[in-house]
Amino acid sequence: MEHIQLTVDIGSSGIASGAGKVYDHLRTIVEKDNLAVNLKQTSGIGMCYKEPLLEVVDADGTYLYGDMTPELAEEVIHSHLKLNVPLKQYVVHSNRIQSDHNRFLDDQIRIALRNCGVIDPEKIDEYEQHNGYKAIQSILSENLSTENIIQTIQDSGLRGRGGGGFPTGLKWKFAANNVAIEKYIICNADEGDPGAFMDRSLLEGDPHAVLEGMIIGARAMGATAGVIYCRAEYPLAIKRLNIAIHQAREKGYLGKNIFGVTGFDFNINVKEGAGAFVCGEETALIASIEGKRGMPRKRPPFPAASGLWNKPSNINNVETLANIPWIIQHGASAYAQYGTEKSKGTKVFALAGKINRGGLVEVPMGISLEEVVNNLGGGVPNNKKLKAVQLGGPSGGCIPEHLMHTKVDYESVTATGAIMGSGGLVVMDEDTCMVDVARFFLDFTRKESCGKCTFCRVGTKRMLEILTGITEGKGVIEDIDKLLELGEQIKKNSLCGLGQTAPNPVLTTIKYFRDEYEAHIIDKKCPAAVCKQLLHYEIIEDKCTGCTVCAKVCPTNAISGERKQVHYIDQEKCIQCGECFNKCNFDAISVS
Amino acid sequence: MRVKRVEPNTKQPQTASKVDLSLMDPLITTLRKKRGNLIPILQGVQRIYGYLPEASFYKIADETGLKLADLYGVATFYAQFRLKPVGKNIVKVCHGTACHVQNAGKISRSMEDTLGIKDGETTEDMLFTLESVACLGCCSLAPVMMIGDETYGNLDQKSAAKIVKEIRRNEK
Repeated sequence: MEHIQLTVDIGSSGIASGAGKVYDHLRTIVEKDNLAVNLKQTSGIGMCYKEPLLEVVDADGTYLYGDMTPELAEEVIHSHLKLNVPLKQYVVHSNRIQSDHNRFLDDQIRIALRNCGVIDPEKIDEYEQHNGYKAIQSILSENLSTENIIQTIQDSGLRGRGGGGFPTGLKWKFAANNVAIEKYIICNADEGDPGAFMDRSLLEGDPHAVLEGMIIGARAMGATAGVIYCRAEYPLAIKRLNIAIHQAREKGYLGKNIFGVTGFDFNINVKEGAGAFVCGEETALIASIEGKRGMPRKRPPFPAASGLWNKPSNINNVETLANIPWIIQHGASAYAQYGTEKSKGTKVFALAGKINRGGLVEVPMGISLEEVVNNLGGGVPNNKKLKAVQLGGPSGGCIPEHLMHTKVDYESVTATGAIMGSGGLVVMDEDTCMVDVARFFLDFTRKESCGKCTFCRVGTKRMLEILTGITEGKGVIEDIDKLLELGEQIKKNSLCGLGQTAPNPVLTTIKYFRDEYEAHIIDKKCPAAVCKQLLHYEIIEDKCTGCTVCAKVCPTNAISGERKQVHYIDQEKCIQCGECFNKCNFDAISVS
Repeated sequence: MRVKRVEPNTKQPQTASKVDLSLMDPLITTLRKKRGNLIPILQGVQRIYGYLPEASFYKIADETGLKLADLYGVATFYAQFRLKPVGKNIVKVCHGTACHVQNAGKISRSMEDTLGIKDGETTEDMLFTLESVACLGCCSLAPVMMIGDETYGNLDQKSAAKIVKEIRRNEK
C-alpha cells in the first residue's frame, strides 16, 4: 500500500487550539505502530475557525479535517489506513466531498500565501521544491539589470500592502537612484493592529518567501544589508525566521558572494520590536532599530535618501515582499490580471469578529466586501444581522451594511472614509455598539500616541473623554460637532500616519451611525445594550418567583422583596452590574 | 501617552543584593560594541530577571557607555519593558478588536475579581500579574487570554476564573 501523507497545521493560532498535542500524539503512534504514513508539519492554511487541522492525502484524494483532538486524529488515520474511507463528519475541505466550507479555500487566489499550509516552513528544501529561490536565480542567470527588475515590479502594479498603498516599484526606484556604499532594505513586520495577523501567518508559514523578496530587492536597489523588524510578541515567527536565515546562509543564499555571484554580498538580521504601535511608521521604525524611542520624524528626507544610520533605506511590508518572487517568476502581467485598474493583484485579509468562518484569506482586489464576508466567511453567526465591517484597524473605519457592495481596492475603500489598511477585517453584528467601538479604538490610539505632536497627544485624549462621557450617558448633543472638529484638527496637524488616521473610527461611525450617538446622548440609551451605564434592569413581575437569588448577589443591596414574593430593583441604588440578570434562573429580569 | 510616571514611593526597594547582577555579564560582553544595542540589551536583561531592576540600569550605563537617560527613556517608551518585578504567572487578557466585540471586558473583570488585583498589578504572593494586551492574534478563538505560553480561547467569566483557580491550587 502506498504511503499516505499526514500534515498538521502548526502555526500560532493552531498551537493555541491544541495542534501541537495532535502532532505529538500522531508522531507517537506512527512511530510505535510503524504506520505506513508520512507525517509532517506546516503552517498557516488560514482556516483558523476549524483548528486544529489535519490534512490527509491518500490515493483517492485530499481531505482536510477540522476541530481535531489527539483521539479524533488517531481515529481519522485508522479509518484511512484500515478501512480506506474518510471520516466524513470531520472533513472541512476536500476535493472528493462537496461542502459549503470548500468555498473558504476555493474562492481564494493565493499568491502571497502560495506556500502557507503547503510546505514545512522549517525546511528550505521544501521551499525550493515549490519554486523557491528560483526567481532570484533566474534574475542572476539572465543577468537582469536593476531597471529591468524594477520595471517588472512597476508593471505588476503592486502597491504597499502595509496599508499605505504606495507603488512598490516606484519606492524601489527612489532607493535605487540614491548611490551609496551602504544601503538597507528593511522588512516591516511590526504588525500592531489589534485584529490583524496576516504578517504573522506569512512569516510562520513561508519565511523563505520573505527572505527571497528581500534578496531580490537587494539586487534591484543595491542594498548591502537587510533587517526584519518583527514584533517580540511573535516568538514563533521570529524562531522560524531565524531558522530560515540560518539555512539560507548555509546554502550560500545569504552572506558573501551569494548564489556564487562575485561581489553580491547581502545578509539579513532579525530585530525584535519592543511593543509600540507607532513603530509601524517607517521613520519611527528606523529610530527603534537604532535603539531610540520610536518616534517619527519629519520627512523629507525620506528614508530612500536618508534612513537607517542615515543611509538610503527601503522599507517594505511582509506581504509586499512575499509577492515579489512570484511576480518575478510569473511576470508582471500574470499578477496584474487580478484586481482593478488602480489596485492590482491580491490582498490578504484576517477575518475576525462576528463571523462564522474566521481566518486568513487571500482574495483578488476588486471583490466586494459582501463576497468576502458571505462567500468566504460564511456570514454572521446565530442569525444575527450584520451591522458593519471594520477595515484598517485603529486607523481605519467602519463600513456599514448598506455599503457592503464596496469593492476591495484602495480607492473604493478610501472613498467610504475607511482605509484598506494592512488587512484586518472585523465583522460587527447588531449586538455591537458603534460608539463603544469608536471609544475602543481611540483608547488604543491614545495609549499608542508617541506624544510628539500636540494634536495627537492631547486631541485623542480629549476625544476619548468625550466618547467615554457619551457611553456613560453624560453626553450633550454638541459633543458630536466637537468630535468632528477635533477629529479634523488631529488629522491635519499630526506628523505621522498614526495621528493622521486616529480619528477615522470616530469620524466614520458618526458619518454612518449618527443615530446611535444621538440615542446615547438624547435618549440615554444604548441600542445594542453594550454601554453598561445606560442599561436599565427591571424585574418582570409575572415571572419572578421570589427565590431571592437576585437579592443575594446584588452588590449594592438594590433588590428587595420577601421570600416567594415579587422582588423590586431600587433604580437609585442599581449600578447596572448585571449580576442579577446573569443569575436569575427564571428569565424574570429584563434589560433595556 | 506612553510615558509612565516615575513613582516616588519606594515600597519595593530594589537593592543590588536582591538581584544577581553578574547574570548580565555575558549579555553585555556580546552586545557592548554593537550598533543599536540598547533595546536588545534591555530585552536581554528583562529575559533574565523578568523585569528591569533599577541597579541594572547603572551597570549597563557603566559598562557600555550608554546614557542613563536614554536607557530610562527607552524603557518607559515601549510597552514590553517593566520596571517592577512580576508574578510567576503573567495573565494576559487580550483586548484586540475581535476580543473586544466578543466581550473581553468581562474576562478582565472576572480576572480582577478572582485574583483580587487590578489590571497591571501583581498578587501579594507573587503568583500572578494581570495585564491587558492589544492583540494575541488568535482572533478566531476570541475572547482569549494567555498564561505563560498557554493560550486559552472561547472564554467566559466562569471558565476564565476556573483556569486561574486551578493554577493557584497546583502552585500550593
